[in-house]
Amino acid sequence: MSWILVLALGGLLTFATRLSFIALLGRVETPDLLRRALRYVPPAVLSAIILPELVVRQGAVDLSFHNQRLLAGLAAAAVALRTRNVLLTIGVGMAALWVLQALAAR
Amino acid sequence: MSAPPSPSTRRREFLAGCRDEAPILLGVAPFGMIYGILALGAGLPAFTAQAMSSIVFAGSAQFIATQLVGSGAPAAVVVATIFVVNLRHALYSASVAPYVRHLGTAWKGVLAYLLTDEAYAVAIHRYLRDGDHTEVSPHRHWYFLGAGITLWASWQASTAVGILLGAQVPRSWSLDFTLPLTFIALVFPALKDRAAAASALAAGATAVLAFGLPYKLGLMAAAVTGIVVGLAAERASS
Repeated sequence: MSWILVLALGGLLTFATRLSFIALLGRVETPDLLRRALRYVPPAVLSAIILPELVVRQGAVDLSFHNQRLLAGLAAAAVALRTRNVLLTIGVGMAALWVLQALAAR
Repeated sequence: MSAPPSPSTRRREFLAGCRDEAPILLGVAPFGMIYGILALGAGLPAFTAQAMSSIVFAGSAQFIATQLVGSGAPAAVVVATIFVVNLRHALYSASVAPYVRHLGTAWKGVLAYLLTDEAYAVAIHRYLRDGDHTEVSPHRHWYFLGAGITLWASWQASTAVGILLGAQVPRSWSLDFTLPLTFIALVFPALKDRAAAASALAAGATAVLAFGLPYKLGLMAAAVTGIVVGLAAERASS
């Protein structure tokens, strides 16, 4: 199975999404419900990716203090809330994970 | 002051777009490199990994597609996930549409292709600055083009660097963790109101509960749940 074909299709759909309203404006009205629903796509999709990455370890939900990724993620979230700085958020999150991993390995 | 259409003002707009996009590249270049490294790690051939950066050209969707490929998801799930994750671009499309309405089909096509999160942020700032006064500059689409091309070129280049470095980065560095971290950085500033926060919380909880579903279908279920909860919360508070 060639992944190039899969990507071509994914790319085509992405392009169609980006072109959608640019091409349609003036020909059809944007339904109000659709416009409001699209507002929630970024927070919903991004959170749906983030949370399992932090909370699910080795196929099970782990909310304990031994879950290094959860702790590092919480530290990063605090930085993101306070600073809104992308690079700083990633930097602090990675540093926290590395420190926790080093401590656990001792 | 109405400047007559001339090559020099087009050029000036284009270069201003390139210049204003430049600071954002500091944040974009590391993601491009990390994507290249992760794509090789997930088992994608170098050519395919590089092609994804020019065909899909959407950072977060590429990260997730890479993850899905690595976990052995079927092709249809990869395509559907790329589509859902990139749906937010329809918002950007609706937002810039009035400003590019007068342009020809080729211009619309090129600008749509370049309509990423980062290019949109810079271009819409320029459009909003002088509102509906198109007479201020008739060549603002050249500014959009400059910003978009600058981002495009840096994304391709940083992907290539990541692919070249890929084999030399050990797994113990846990670089895959930069994916959730990037999204944490993007999502928290976006939670401006209660409805958005409710939407994020509902989607996140659904994704964790539905984690056992095959092929990451939980992601789709979570996205739909989050959108519905966001709309309901919006209605409840108004």
